Amino acid sequence: MPDMAEPRKSSSTYGRDDDPLTYFFKTLIDHEVTVELKNDIQIRGTLKSVDQYLNIKLDDIQVVEELKYPHLSSVKNVFIRGSVVRYVHLPAAAVDVPLLEDATRREAANQAGKGK
Amino acid sequence: MEHHSVHDPPPQPGGPHPGGIMSAQAPPPPQAQQLPPQMFTTAAQLLDLTDKKLLLVLRDGRKLIGILRSWDQFANLVLQSTIERVFATVITPQDPHPKGLYADKSHGIFLVRGENVLLLGEIDLDKDDDPPAGYEKAEFGLVEKLASEQKAAEKARATKRLKKLATLGFEGENMGEILL
Repeated sequence: MPDMAEPRKSSSTYGRDDDPLTYFFKTLIDHEVTVELKNDIQIRGTLKSVDQYLNIKLDDIQVVEELKYPHLSSVKNVFIRGSVVRYVHLPAAAVDVPLLEDATRREAANQAGKGK
Repeated sequence: MEHHSVHDPPPQPGGPHPGGIMSAQAPPPPQAQQLPPQMFTTAAQLLDLTDKKLLLVLRDGRKLIGILRSWDQFANLVLQSTIERVFATVITPQDPHPKGLYADKSHGIFLVRGENVLLLGEIDLDKDDDPPAGYEKAEFGLVEKLASEQKAAEKARATKRLKKLATLGFEGENMGEILL
């Protein structure tokens, strides 16, 4: 586990070495969000953590349309691979709009920079 | 195939843990409990789930239930006492409510390549004894047959939809197999 043995530079606060978007998601930790996956399943729960791939961990989950997706009935928390997420429904009250704008612009600038 | 069970002796307590398979080369990880809550990596999250009973949903829609024993930074996973659970619904003409069926098949040890993982969930052991609401246990062969029929029908529908969208100039976002 090489990435565990090496502590990150700033571990006490939200890492400043995070991508802007990861940083934004980290400000939503402990808020209730709904994650919609690419297979249409929607899972609501308390956001517990996000990493650089936007892998998401939710606690106290509840599945929208539970009858259709019975396999999650006894599951209390989930780890969702970032690559299968289609949308994250954010709680409007908790969204720091300037931060999100800044994050998305920077992310776009980063992507444009990489494309060159 | 060798079948291990939960009753096998657990890994050495106090020894270099989790990721027992890699621990021969890697130094023991720092004390997990003392990690600051914000110091988050994929690995740190998997650490919390080690030795717990998990539900694993794969990209092809398969559901596996087993005990997570080992993993690495790619989320390659080793599950012990794994069972595969299939679900299907039966619609009978006389009953308007579709009836749910499920069945389990025991597989033993699984090593899952990380890219195939869609979702990992920790199972609440208190709720685990009850069957999922609206579903009852049935014979594996029957449920598997029903489930594969339903999956095929679903896939045909999705393909048709994507084709139609493609003619309108939309590119399908999930051309691969993602079904739950």
